[in-house]
Amino acid sequence: MTHIAVFGGIYSNDRALAAAIEDARRRRAEALFCLGDLGAFGPHPDRIYPLLREAGVQCLQGNYDNSLAGGLADCQCGYTDPRDNYFARLSYQYTFRNTSEENKAWLGTLPMTLRLSLGGRRVLLCHGSPRKINEFLWESTSSDSFLTYLLDTAQADIVCVTHTGIKWHRSLPADRHFVNVGVLGRPENDGCTNVWYALLSAEPAGVRVEFVPVAYDFRALAADMEREHLPSEFVATILTGWWTTCLEVLPQKERARGKF
Amino acid sequence: MIRLTGMSGNPPLDIPEKPMKHPVIELKHLDNLWFQVTGTLCNIACSHCFNNSGPNVRTFGFLSLDSVRQELEVALRQGVKEVSFTGGEPFLHPELVRMLRLSLASAPTTVLTNGTLINDRIADRLADLERESNYSFEIRISLDGYTEAMNDAIRGAGVFRKVMDATRRLSQRGLLPLVTVVRTWSEEEELSTLAGFVRTLQEAGYSRPRVKVLPSLPLGRELKRRQSGEETLLTEEMLHGFDADLLMCSNSRVVTDRGVWVCPLLVEMPDARLGENLTGAAPAYALRHHACVTCWHYGSICGNVNAQIEGPAPAASAARLRSLP
Repeated sequence: MTHIAVFGGIYSNDRALAAAIEDARRRRAEALFCLGDLGAFGPHPDRIYPLLREAGVQCLQGNYDNSLAGGLADCQCGYTDPRDNYFARLSYQYTFRNTSEENKAWLGTLPMTLRLSLGGRRVLLCHGSPRKINEFLWESTSSDSFLTYLLDTAQADIVCVTHTGIKWHRSLPADRHFVNVGVLGRPENDGCTNVWYALLSAEPAGVRVEFVPVAYDFRALAADMEREHLPSEFVATILTGWWTTCLEVLPQKERARGKF
Repeated sequence: MIRLTGMSGNPPLDIPEKPMKHPVIELKHLDNLWFQVTGTLCNIACSHCFNNSGPNVRTFGFLSLDSVRQELEVALRQGVKEVSFTGGEPFLHPELVRMLRLSLASAPTTVLTNGTLINDRIADRLADLERESNYSFEIRISLDGYTEAMNDAIRGAGVFRKVMDATRRLSQRGLLPLVTVVRTWSEEEELSTLAGFVRTLQEAGYSRPRVKVLPSLPLGRELKRRQSGEETLLTEEMLHGFDADLLMCSNSRVVTDRGVWVCPLLVEMPDARLGENLTGAAPAYALRHHACVTCWHYGSICGNVNAQIEGPAPAASAARLRSLP
Protein backbone atom coordinates (compact mmCIF):
# COMPACT_ATOMS: atom_id res chain seq x y z
CA MET A 1 0.00 0.00 0.00
CA THR A 2 1.44 3.38 -0.99
CA HIS A 3 -1.49 5.78 -1.20
CA ILE A 4 -4.17 6.15 1.49
CA ALA A 5 -6.91 8.56 2.52
CA VAL A 6 -7.37 9.32 6.21
CA PHE A 7 -10.52 10.98 7.54
CA GLY A 8 -10.84 12.57 10.98
CA GLY A 9 -14.04 13.00 13.02
CA ILE A 10 -17.24 12.80 10.97
CA TYR A 11 -19.56 14.27 13.62
CA SER A 12 -22.64 12.91 11.78
CA ASN A 13 -21.89 15.02 8.69
CA ASP A 14 -23.10 12.46 6.12
CA ARG A 15 -22.91 14.92 3.24
CA ALA A 16 -19.25 15.75 3.84
CA LEU A 17 -18.48 12.04 4.29
CA ALA A 18 -20.10 11.16 0.96
CA ALA A 19 -18.17 13.94 -0.78
CA ALA A 20 -14.88 12.87 0.82
CA ILE A 21 -15.35 9.22 -0.14
CA GLU A 22 -16.03 10.19 -3.72
CA ASP A 23 -13.04 12.53 -3.79
CA ALA A 24 -10.66 9.93 -2.31
CA ARG A 25 -11.80 7.35 -4.86
CA ARG A 26 -11.24 9.83 -7.67
CA ARG A 27 -7.73 10.34 -6.35
CA ARG A 28 -7.23 6.57 -6.40
CA ALA A 29 -6.67 6.07 -2.69
CA GLU A 30 -6.00 2.37 -2.13
CA ALA A 31 -7.64 2.33 1.28
CA LEU A 32 -9.85 4.67 3.30
CA PHE A 33 -9.52 5.12 7.06
CA CYS A 34 -11.44 7.10 9.65
CA LEU A 35 -9.85 7.94 13.01
CA GLY A 36 -13.08 7.98 15.03
CA ASP A 37 -15.72 10.33 16.49
CA LEU A 38 -18.27 9.23 13.94
CA GLY A 39 -21.19 10.87 15.71
CA ALA A 40 -21.45 14.28 17.45
CA PHE A 41 -22.47 17.83 16.63
CA GLY A 42 -24.50 17.10 13.46
CA PRO A 43 -27.96 15.63 12.74
CA HIS A 44 -29.23 12.07 12.16
CA PRO A 45 -26.18 10.13 13.37
CA ASP A 46 -27.33 6.84 11.87
CA ARG A 47 -27.02 8.14 8.31
CA ILE A 48 -23.24 7.79 8.12
CA TYR A 49 -23.04 4.06 8.90
CA PRO A 50 -24.31 2.71 5.56
CA LEU A 51 -21.89 5.07 3.75
CA LEU A 52 -18.93 3.83 5.79
CA ARG A 53 -19.82 0.16 5.27
CA GLU A 54 -20.52 0.52 1.57
CA ALA A 55 -17.19 2.29 0.96
CA GLY A 56 -15.25 -0.10 3.20
CA VAL A 57 -13.85 2.69 5.36
CA GLN A 58 -11.76 1.16 8.15
CA CYS A 59 -12.78 2.97 11.30
CA LEU A 60 -11.19 3.47 14.69
CA GLN A 61 -12.94 4.17 17.95
CA GLY A 62 -12.80 7.79 19.12
CA ASN A 63 -13.78 9.01 22.57
CA TYR A 64 -17.32 9.71 21.37
CA ASP A 65 -17.69 6.23 19.96
CA ASN A 66 -16.28 4.73 23.13
CA SER A 67 -18.83 6.67 25.21
CA LEU A 68 -21.77 5.75 22.96
CA ALA A 69 -20.83 2.08 22.90
CA GLY A 70 -20.33 1.97 26.65
CA GLY A 71 -23.44 3.98 27.51
CA LEU A 72 -21.34 6.57 29.34
CA ALA A 73 -22.83 9.77 30.69
CA ASP A 74 -20.54 12.07 28.74
CA CYS A 75 -18.54 12.20 25.53
CA GLN A 76 -15.09 12.13 27.20
CA CYS A 77 -14.09 14.96 24.88
CA GLY A 78 -11.75 16.25 27.56
CA TYR A 79 -13.29 19.71 27.92
CA THR A 80 -13.10 21.17 31.38
CA ASP A 81 -14.55 24.62 30.95
CA PRO A 82 -18.23 24.76 32.01
CA ARG A 83 -19.16 26.72 28.85
CA ASP A 84 -17.51 24.11 26.62
CA ASN A 85 -19.15 21.31 28.55
CA TYR A 86 -22.60 22.87 28.28
CA PHE A 87 -22.57 22.49 24.49
CA ALA A 88 -20.72 19.19 24.57
CA ARG A 89 -23.55 17.78 26.70
CA LEU A 90 -26.27 18.98 24.31
CA SER A 91 -24.47 17.40 21.41
CA TYR A 92 -23.82 14.12 23.21
CA GLN A 93 -27.38 13.75 24.47
CA TYR A 94 -28.79 14.27 20.98
CA THR A 95 -26.34 11.80 19.44
CA PHE A 96 -26.93 9.22 22.16
CA ARG A 97 -30.72 9.40 21.70
CA ASN A 98 -30.53 9.13 17.94
CA THR A 99 -27.93 6.40 17.43
CA SER A 100 -29.41 2.92 17.06
CA GLU A 101 -28.45 0.19 19.50
CA GLU A 102 -27.04 -1.78 16.58
CA ASN A 103 -24.72 1.06 15.58
CA LYS A 104 -23.68 1.68 19.18
CA ALA A 105 -22.74 -1.97 19.50
CA TRP A 106 -20.76 -1.79 16.26
CA LEU A 107 -18.81 1.22 17.58
CA GLY A 108 -17.74 -0.94 20.49
CA THR A 109 -16.15 -3.45 18.13
CA LEU A 110 -13.85 -0.89 16.51
CA PRO A 111 -10.14 -0.92 17.35
CA MET A 112 -8.53 2.00 19.21
CA THR A 113 -5.44 2.01 17.00
CA LEU A 114 -4.40 0.55 13.71
CA ARG A 115 -0.95 -0.17 12.32
CA LEU A 116 -0.09 -0.45 8.66
CA SER A 117 2.80 -0.17 6.29
CA LEU A 118 2.90 2.62 3.74
CA GLY A 119 5.58 1.71 1.24
CA GLY A 120 7.61 0.15 4.04
CA ARG A 121 7.11 3.04 6.47
CA ARG A 122 5.50 2.15 9.80
CA VAL A 123 2.21 4.01 10.25
CA LEU A 124 0.18 4.25 13.44
CA LEU A 125 -3.39 5.53 13.23
CA CYS A 126 -5.11 6.66 16.44
CA HIS A 127 -7.72 9.13 17.63
CA GLY A 128 -6.23 11.66 20.08
CA SER A 129 -2.63 10.61 20.50
CA PRO A 130 -0.79 7.30 20.63
CA ARG A 131 -1.05 7.36 24.42
CA LYS A 132 -4.53 8.82 25.05
CA ILE A 133 -7.77 8.57 23.15
CA ASN A 134 -8.71 12.15 24.03
CA GLU A 135 -5.43 14.02 24.20
CA PHE A 136 -5.60 17.26 22.25
CA LEU A 137 -2.62 17.57 19.93
CA TRP A 138 -2.71 21.11 18.58
CA GLU A 139 -0.05 22.32 16.20
CA SER A 140 0.95 25.20 18.46
CA THR A 141 1.26 23.17 21.66
CA SER A 142 3.14 20.14 20.35
CA SER A 143 6.90 20.63 20.46
CA ASP A 144 9.11 18.77 17.99
CA SER A 145 10.73 17.21 21.01
CA PHE A 146 7.40 15.84 22.27
CA LEU A 147 6.29 14.57 18.86
CA THR A 148 9.60 12.78 18.41
CA TYR A 149 9.07 11.15 21.81
CA LEU A 150 5.58 10.02 20.76
CA LEU A 151 6.89 8.59 17.48
CA ASP A 152 9.71 6.79 19.30
CA THR A 153 7.48 5.24 21.94
CA ALA A 154 4.90 4.28 19.32
CA GLN A 155 7.68 2.71 17.24
CA ALA A 156 6.30 4.46 14.18
CA ASP A 157 7.59 6.60 11.33
CA ILE A 158 4.22 8.24 10.76
CA VAL A 159 1.46 8.92 13.27
CA CYS A 160 -1.99 10.18 12.23
CA VAL A 161 -4.42 11.69 14.75
CA THR A 162 -7.59 13.83 14.78
CA HIS A 163 -9.67 14.93 17.85
CA THR A 164 -8.86 18.67 17.83
CA GLY A 165 -10.72 19.54 14.62
CA ILE A 166 -7.86 21.45 13.02
CA LYS A 167 -5.38 19.84 10.61
CA TRP A 168 -1.59 20.17 10.67
CA HIS A 169 1.50 18.29 9.59
CA ARG A 170 4.95 18.28 11.20
CA SER A 171 7.79 16.88 9.18
CA LEU A 172 10.62 15.63 11.38
CA PRO A 173 14.16 14.41 10.55
CA ALA A 174 14.61 11.01 8.87
CA ASP A 175 11.36 11.31 6.92
CA ARG A 176 9.20 10.97 10.01
CA HIS A 177 5.82 12.65 10.13
CA PHE A 178 3.18 13.61 12.60
CA VAL A 179 -0.17 14.41 10.99
CA ASN A 180 -3.40 15.71 12.43
CA VAL A 181 -5.77 14.93 9.57
CA GLY A 182 -8.42 17.48 10.60
CA VAL A 183 -12.12 16.53 10.54
CA LEU A 184 -14.97 16.05 8.10
CA GLY A 185 -17.53 17.05 10.70
CA ARG A 186 -17.24 20.81 10.74
CA PRO A 187 -15.11 23.54 9.20
CA GLU A 188 -11.86 24.36 10.94
CA ASN A 189 -12.50 27.84 12.35
CA ASP A 190 -11.06 29.72 9.39
CA GLY A 191 -14.17 31.35 7.96
CA CYS A 192 -14.44 28.81 5.13
CA THR A 193 -17.26 26.29 4.91
CA ASN A 194 -15.27 23.36 3.50
CA VAL A 195 -13.87 20.52 5.60
CA TRP A 196 -10.63 18.54 5.22
CA TYR A 197 -9.07 15.10 5.01
CA ALA A 198 -5.50 13.89 4.42
CA LEU A 199 -3.90 11.86 1.66
CA LEU A 200 -0.65 10.06 2.49
CA SER A 201 1.59 8.71 -0.23
CA ALA A 202 4.87 6.84 -0.13
CA GLU A 203 6.95 8.26 -2.96
CA PRO A 204 10.55 7.64 -3.99
CA ALA A 205 11.59 10.98 -2.52
CA GLY A 206 9.82 10.27 0.76
CA VAL A 207 6.41 10.44 2.35
CA ARG A 208 4.03 13.04 0.95
CA VAL A 209 1.19 14.44 3.05
CA GLU A 210 -1.52 16.37 1.28
CA PHE A 211 -4.56 18.00 2.83
CA VAL A 212 -7.62 17.91 0.64
CA PRO A 213 -10.43 20.46 1.00
CA VAL A 214 -13.90 18.96 0.71
CA ALA A 215 -16.82 21.08 -0.44
CA TYR A 216 -20.30 19.74 0.30
CA ASP A 217 -23.87 20.99 0.60
CA PHE A 218 -23.40 22.71 3.94
CA ARG A 219 -26.67 24.63 3.59
CA ALA A 220 -28.62 21.38 3.43
CA LEU A 221 -26.77 20.12 6.49
CA ALA A 222 -27.57 23.34 8.36
CA ALA A 223 -31.23 23.00 7.41
CA ASP A 224 -31.26 19.44 8.75
CA MET A 225 -29.68 20.63 11.99
CA GLU A 226 -32.29 23.34 12.39
CA ARG A 227 -35.10 20.85 11.82
CA GLU A 228 -33.60 18.67 14.53
CA HIS A 229 -33.46 21.67 16.90
CA LEU A 230 -29.73 21.41 17.36
CA PRO A 231 -28.24 24.59 18.92
CA SER A 232 -28.22 27.60 16.62
CA GLU A 233 -24.55 28.07 17.58
CA PHE A 234 -23.72 24.75 15.86
CA VAL A 235 -25.66 25.76 12.76
CA ALA A 236 -23.81 29.08 12.62
CA THR A 237 -20.47 27.23 12.57
CA ILE A 238 -21.56 25.15 9.58
CA LEU A 239 -22.80 28.23 7.71
CA THR A 240 -19.89 30.57 8.48
CA GLY A 241 -16.85 28.39 9.07
CA TRP A 242 -16.19 30.00 12.47
CA TRP A 243 -16.35 28.03 15.70
CA THR A 244 -18.86 29.43 18.15
CA THR A 245 -18.68 26.83 20.94
CA CYS A 246 -16.10 24.72 22.76
CA LEU A 247 -13.59 27.52 22.29
CA GLU A 248 -11.96 27.52 25.70
CA VAL A 249 -9.90 24.46 24.90
CA LEU A 250 -8.08 26.28 22.08
CA PRO A 251 -4.52 27.46 22.67
CA GLN A 252 -3.51 31.08 22.03
CA LYS A 253 -2.52 30.72 18.39
CA GLU A 254 -5.47 28.65 17.25
CA ARG A 255 -7.90 30.84 19.21
CA ALA A 256 -6.43 34.06 17.84
CA ARG A 257 -6.92 32.86 14.25
CA GLY A 258 -10.65 32.40 14.80
CA LYS A 259 -13.34 35.02 15.07
CA PHE A 260 -14.66 34.32 18.58
CA MET B 1 1.63 12.74 65.08
CA ILE B 2 4.37 13.49 62.59
CA ARG B 3 4.70 17.22 62.05
CA LEU B 4 5.93 18.59 58.73
CA THR B 5 6.64 22.28 58.81
CA GLY B 6 6.61 24.42 55.69
CA MET B 7 9.78 26.28 54.79
CA SER B 8 8.38 29.74 55.37
CA GLY B 9 6.14 29.27 58.29
CA ASN B 10 3.26 27.22 56.97
CA PRO B 11 1.25 25.78 59.79
CA PRO B 12 2.49 22.28 60.50
CA LEU B 13 0.74 19.53 58.62
CA ASP B 14 -0.42 16.74 60.83
CA ILE B 15 0.13 13.39 59.26
CA PRO B 16 -1.76 10.60 61.00
CA GLU B 17 0.62 8.37 62.87
CA LYS B 18 -1.26 5.17 62.17
CA PRO B 19 0.56 3.36 59.40
CA MET B 20 -0.84 5.00 56.34
CA LYS B 21 0.57 3.97 53.01
CA HIS B 22 0.76 7.03 50.81
CA PRO B 23 0.24 6.24 47.14
CA VAL B 24 3.45 6.54 45.13
CA ILE B 25 3.30 8.12 41.69
CA GLU B 26 6.10 7.70 39.16
CA LEU B 27 7.00 10.32 36.61
CA LYS B 28 5.53 8.74 33.50
CA HIS B 29 6.82 11.33 31.12
CA LEU B 30 8.00 14.93 31.53
CA ASP B 31 5.18 16.70 29.70
CA ASN B 32 5.42 19.93 31.67
CA LEU B 33 8.59 21.65 32.79
CA TRP B 34 8.18 24.52 35.23
CA PHE B 35 10.73 27.19 36.12
CA GLN B 36 10.15 29.03 39.37
CA VAL B 37 12.09 31.82 37.83
CA THR B 38 11.85 34.53 40.49
CA GLY B 39 11.55 32.19 43.43
CA THR B 40 9.01 33.53 45.92
CA LEU B 41 9.68 37.20 45.25
CA CYS B 42 6.54 39.05 44.24
CA ASN B 43 5.52 42.70 44.16
CA ILE B 44 2.17 41.94 45.82
CA ALA B 45 1.02 39.58 48.61
CA CYS B 46 -2.33 37.95 47.85
CA SER B 47 -4.28 36.64 50.79
CA HIS B 48 -4.67 33.17 49.21
CA CYS B 49 -1.14 32.74 47.78
CA PHE B 50 -0.33 29.04 47.87
CA ASN B 51 3.43 29.46 48.16
CA ASN B 52 3.49 32.56 50.38
CA SER B 53 5.17 34.73 47.76
CA GLY B 54 5.46 38.43 48.43
CA PRO B 55 7.75 41.44 48.64
CA ASN B 56 10.99 40.49 50.40
CA VAL B 57 10.05 36.80 50.58
CA ARG B 58 13.20 34.99 49.55
CA THR B 59 12.46 31.40 50.48
CA PHE B 60 13.46 30.70 46.89
CA GLY B 61 15.73 32.89 44.78
CA PHE B 62 16.09 33.80 41.11
CA LEU B 63 17.13 31.31 38.44
CA SER B 64 19.91 32.34 36.07
CA LEU B 65 19.55 32.31 32.30
CA ASP B 66 22.24 29.63 32.15
CA SER B 67 20.47 27.32 34.56
CA VAL B 68 17.24 27.74 32.61
CA ARG B 69 19.10 26.93 29.39
CA GLN B 70 20.75 23.83 30.87
CA GLU B 71 17.58 22.35 32.31
CA LEU B 72 15.60 23.20 29.18
CA GLU B 73 18.11 21.24 27.10
CA VAL B 74 17.78 18.23 29.40
CA ALA B 75 14.00 18.41 29.21
CA LEU B 76 13.98 18.71 25.42
CA ARG B 77 16.09 15.57 25.17
CA GLN B 78 13.43 13.85 27.29
CA GLY B 79 10.66 14.98 24.93
CA VAL B 80 9.12 17.76 27.02
CA LYS B 81 5.81 19.03 25.66
CA GLU B 82 5.37 22.45 27.27
CA VAL B 83 7.30 24.89 29.45
CA SER B 84 5.94 27.30 32.09
CA PHE B 85 7.54 30.19 33.96
CA THR B 86 6.20 31.10 37.37
CA GLY B 87 7.31 32.68 40.65
CA GLY B 88 6.78 34.83 42.64
CA GLU B 89 6.20 37.36 39.92
CA PRO B 90 8.22 36.35 36.82
CA PHE B 91 8.36 39.87 35.39
CA LEU B 92 10.60 40.91 38.29
CA HIS B 93 13.38 38.93 36.58
CA PRO B 94 15.49 41.19 34.36
CA GLU B 95 16.18 38.35 31.91
CA LEU B 96 12.67 36.96 31.67
CA VAL B 97 12.09 37.99 28.07
CA ARG B 98 15.33 36.31 26.99
CA MET B 99 14.31 33.16 28.83
CA LEU B 100 10.90 33.18 27.19
CA ARG B 101 12.47 33.62 23.75
CA LEU B 102 14.84 30.73 24.43
CA SER B 103 11.98 28.50 25.47
CA LEU B 104 9.64 29.52 22.64
CA ALA B 105 12.29 28.53 20.11
CA SER B 106 11.70 24.88 21.07
CA ALA B 107 8.43 24.52 22.94
CA PRO B 108 5.05 26.05 23.70
CA THR B 109 5.56 28.35 26.65
CA THR B 110 3.43 29.91 29.37
CA VAL B 111 4.18 32.69 31.81
CA LEU B 112 2.07 33.04 34.97
CA THR B 113 1.92 36.63 36.14
CA ASN B 114 -0.10 38.99 38.28
CA GLY B 115 -0.09 41.37 35.30
CA THR B 116 0.84 44.47 37.26
CA LEU B 117 4.19 44.98 35.54
CA ILE B 118 3.01 44.67 31.94
CA ASN B 119 3.40 48.19 30.60
CA ASP B 120 3.35 49.21 26.92
CA ARG B 121 7.03 48.44 26.43
CA ILE B 122 6.75 44.94 27.92
CA ALA B 123 3.53 44.29 26.00
CA ASP B 124 5.35 45.17 22.75
CA ARG B 125 8.10 42.69 23.55
CA LEU B 126 5.63 39.96 24.45
CA ALA B 127 3.75 40.51 21.19
CA ASP B 128 7.06 40.18 19.33
CA LEU B 129 7.78 36.89 21.11
CA GLU B 130 4.37 35.54 20.15
CA ARG B 131 4.80 36.53 16.51
CA GLU B 132 8.30 35.08 16.25
CA SER B 133 7.37 31.61 17.53
CA ASN B 134 5.48 28.81 15.85
CA TYR B 135 4.40 27.68 19.30
CA SER B 136 1.67 29.14 21.46
CA PHE B 137 2.81 31.70 23.98
CA GLU B 138 0.31 31.85 26.81
CA ILE B 139 0.22 34.72 29.27
CA ARG B 140 -1.77 33.77 32.34
CA ILE B 141 -2.91 36.66 34.49
CA SER B 142 -4.53 36.18 37.87
CA LEU B 143 -7.68 38.02 38.84
CA ASP B 144 -9.90 37.36 41.82
CA GLY B 145 -13.00 39.41 41.30
CA TYR B 146 -14.79 41.22 38.54
CA THR B 147 -15.07 44.40 40.53
CA GLU B 148 -12.27 46.49 41.93
CA ALA B 149 -13.57 45.96 45.46
CA MET B 150 -13.79 42.14 45.15
CA ASN B 151 -10.37 41.77 43.57
CA ASP B 152 -8.36 44.27 45.55
CA ALA B 153 -9.61 42.90 48.85
CA ILE B 154 -7.63 39.77 48.01
CA ARG B 155 -4.80 41.02 45.81
CA GLY B 156 -4.16 44.52 47.18
CA ALA B 157 -5.14 48.09 46.39
CA GLY B 158 -4.71 49.21 42.80
CA VAL B 159 -4.12 45.72 41.38
CA PHE B 160 -7.49 45.49 39.61
CA ARG B 161 -6.88 48.61 37.54
CA LYS B 162 -3.37 47.45 36.58
CA VAL B 163 -4.64 44.05 35.49
CA MET B 164 -7.37 45.63 33.37
CA ASP B 165 -4.74 47.84 31.73
CA ALA B 166 -2.49 44.83 31.08
CA THR B 167 -5.23 42.74 29.45
CA ARG B 168 -6.19 45.70 27.24
CA ARG B 169 -2.58 46.30 26.20
CA LEU B 170 -2.08 42.65 25.29
CA SER B 171 -5.42 42.40 23.53
CA GLN B 172 -4.61 45.46 21.42
CA ARG B 173 -1.49 43.64 20.26
CA GLY B 174 -3.33 40.48 19.22
CA LEU B 175 -2.57 38.47 22.35
CA LEU B 176 -5.34 36.71 24.25
CA PRO B 177 -4.14 36.41 27.85
CA LEU B 178 -5.69 33.64 29.89
CA VAL B 179 -7.25 35.27 32.93
CA THR B 180 -7.32 32.83 35.83
CA VAL B 181 -9.77 33.23 38.65
CA VAL B 182 -10.03 31.23 41.85
CA ARG B 183 -13.51 29.82 42.43
CA THR B 184 -15.22 31.49 45.37
CA TRP B 185 -18.81 30.84 44.24
CA SER B 186 -21.16 27.89 44.04
CA GLU B 187 -21.53 25.59 41.04
CA GLU B 188 -24.94 27.05 40.26
CA GLU B 189 -23.43 30.51 39.97
CA GLU B 190 -20.57 29.34 37.73
CA LEU B 191 -21.90 30.38 34.30
CA SER B 192 -23.26 33.73 35.47
CA THR B 193 -20.06 34.51 37.38
CA LEU B 194 -17.93 33.66 34.35
CA ALA B 195 -20.15 35.91 32.26
CA GLY B 196 -19.48 38.66 34.81
CA PHE B 197 -15.74 38.28 34.38
CA VAL B 198 -16.06 38.28 30.60
CA ARG B 199 -18.19 41.43 30.64
CA THR B 200 -15.80 43.28 32.93
CA LEU B 201 -12.80 42.40 30.77
CA GLN B 202 -14.62 43.46 27.61
CA GLU B 203 -15.54 46.77 29.16
CA ALA B 204 -11.88 47.27 30.02
CA GLY B 205 -10.92 46.85 26.37
CA TYR B 206 -10.08 43.11 26.17
CA SER B 207 -12.32 42.20 23.26
CA ARG B 208 -12.22 38.37 23.37
CA PRO B 209 -11.50 37.45 26.97
CA ARG B 210 -10.35 33.97 27.93
CA VAL B 211 -11.14 33.06 31.53
CA LYS B 212 -10.04 29.93 33.37
CA VAL B 213 -11.42 28.92 36.76
CA LEU B 214 -9.17 27.41 39.41
CA PRO B 215 -10.19 25.80 42.68
CA SER B 216 -8.69 27.42 45.76
CA LEU B 217 -5.83 25.43 47.21
CA PRO B 218 -5.42 24.40 50.84
CA LEU B 219 -1.83 25.67 50.95
CA GLY B 220 0.18 28.69 52.04
CA ARG B 221 -1.80 31.73 53.14
CA GLU B 222 -5.01 30.07 52.00
CA LEU B 223 -4.48 27.29 54.51
CA LYS B 224 -3.90 29.87 57.24
CA ARG B 225 -6.97 31.75 56.08
CA ARG B 226 -9.14 28.65 56.24
CA GLN B 227 -7.55 27.71 59.54
CA SER B 228 -9.29 24.37 59.84
CA GLY B 229 -7.78 22.94 56.66
CA GLU B 230 -9.08 19.80 55.05
CA GLU B 231 -8.14 16.61 56.75
CA THR B 232 -8.32 14.33 53.75
CA LEU B 233 -5.20 12.72 52.37
CA LEU B 234 -5.01 10.56 49.28
CA THR B 235 -5.20 6.84 49.78
CA GLU B 236 -4.46 4.00 47.44
CA GLU B 237 -8.16 3.17 47.45
CA MET B 238 -8.94 6.62 46.07
CA LEU B 239 -6.67 5.89 43.13
CA HIS B 240 -8.37 2.63 42.23
CA GLY B 241 -9.97 3.12 38.82
CA PHE B 242 -8.58 6.65 38.72
CA ASP B 243 -6.37 7.74 35.84
CA ALA B 244 -3.18 8.76 37.64
CA ASP B 245 -2.06 10.61 34.51
CA LEU B 246 -4.34 13.39 35.70
CA LEU B 247 -1.99 14.09 38.59
CA MET B 248 0.75 16.61 37.95
CA CYS B 249 3.36 14.48 39.67
CA SER B 250 3.01 11.93 36.85
CA ASN B 251 3.91 14.46 34.16
CA SER B 252 5.57 17.57 35.63
CA ARG B 253 8.64 18.83 37.44
CA VAL B 254 9.59 22.24 38.81
CA VAL B 255 13.09 23.69 38.61
CA THR B 256 13.93 26.17 41.38
CA ASP B 257 17.21 27.71 42.56
CA ARG B 258 17.16 25.13 45.37
CA GLY B 259 16.64 22.05 43.30
CA VAL B 260 13.86 20.18 41.56
CA TRP B 261 10.42 19.84 43.12
CA VAL B 262 7.63 17.46 42.26
CA CYS B 263 4.98 20.06 41.40
CA PRO B 264 4.41 23.81 41.60
CA LEU B 265 1.96 23.46 44.47
CA LEU B 266 4.34 21.70 46.83
CA VAL B 267 7.44 23.87 46.59
CA GLU B 268 7.12 24.78 50.25
CA MET B 269 7.20 21.15 51.33
CA PRO B 270 10.73 19.90 52.03
CA ASP B 271 9.75 16.29 51.31
CA ALA B 272 8.66 17.27 47.80
CA ARG B 273 12.21 18.17 46.75
CA LEU B 274 13.41 15.40 44.46
CA GLY B 275 17.02 16.35 43.78
CA GLU B 276 19.54 18.94 42.62
CA ASN B 277 18.57 18.96 38.96
CA LEU B 278 16.34 17.21 36.43
CA THR B 279 18.92 14.57 35.59
CA GLY B 280 19.36 13.53 39.19
CA ALA B 281 15.80 13.99 40.45
CA ALA B 282 14.03 11.03 42.04
CA PRO B 283 11.54 9.49 39.63
CA ALA B 284 8.72 8.86 42.12
CA TYR B 285 6.89 10.66 44.90
CA ALA B 286 4.57 9.58 47.73
CA LEU B 287 1.47 11.77 47.85
CA ARG B 288 1.09 12.92 51.41
CA HIS B 289 -0.36 16.43 51.26
CA HIS B 290 -3.83 17.93 51.19
CA ALA B 291 -3.01 19.63 47.90
CA CYS B 292 -2.67 16.19 46.31
CA VAL B 293 -6.37 15.69 47.00
CA THR B 294 -7.14 18.93 45.17
CA CYS B 295 -5.22 17.65 42.15
CA TRP B 296 -7.09 14.34 42.40
CA HIS B 297 -10.41 16.21 42.48
CA TYR B 298 -9.82 18.65 39.68
CA GLY B 299 -7.10 17.19 37.48
CA SER B 300 -3.91 19.01 36.60
CA ILE B 301 -5.25 22.42 37.42
CA CYS B 302 -1.90 24.05 36.78
CA GLY B 303 -2.13 23.42 33.03
CA ASN B 304 -3.64 25.97 30.66
CA VAL B 305 -6.40 23.56 29.84
CA ASN B 306 -7.11 21.25 32.72
CA ALA B 307 -6.07 17.86 31.50
CA GLN B 308 -8.86 15.44 32.15
CA ILE B 309 -7.74 12.62 30.06
CA GLU B 310 -9.24 9.26 29.26
CA GLY B 311 -11.75 7.86 31.60
CA PRO B 312 -13.01 8.58 35.01
CA ALA B 313 -13.09 12.22 35.73
CA PRO B 314 -14.12 11.58 39.32
CA ALA B 315 -17.78 10.75 39.52
CA ALA B 316 -18.71 12.07 36.08
CA SER B 317 -18.05 9.33 33.57
CA ALA B 318 -18.31 6.59 36.10
CA ALA B 319 -22.07 6.94 35.93
CA ARG B 320 -23.52 4.78 33.21
CA LEU B 321 -26.85 5.43 31.70
CA ARG B 322 -29.19 3.73 29.33
CA SER B 323 -31.69 6.48 28.72
CA LEU B 324 -30.74 10.09 28.49
CA PRO B 325 -33.44 12.72 28.84
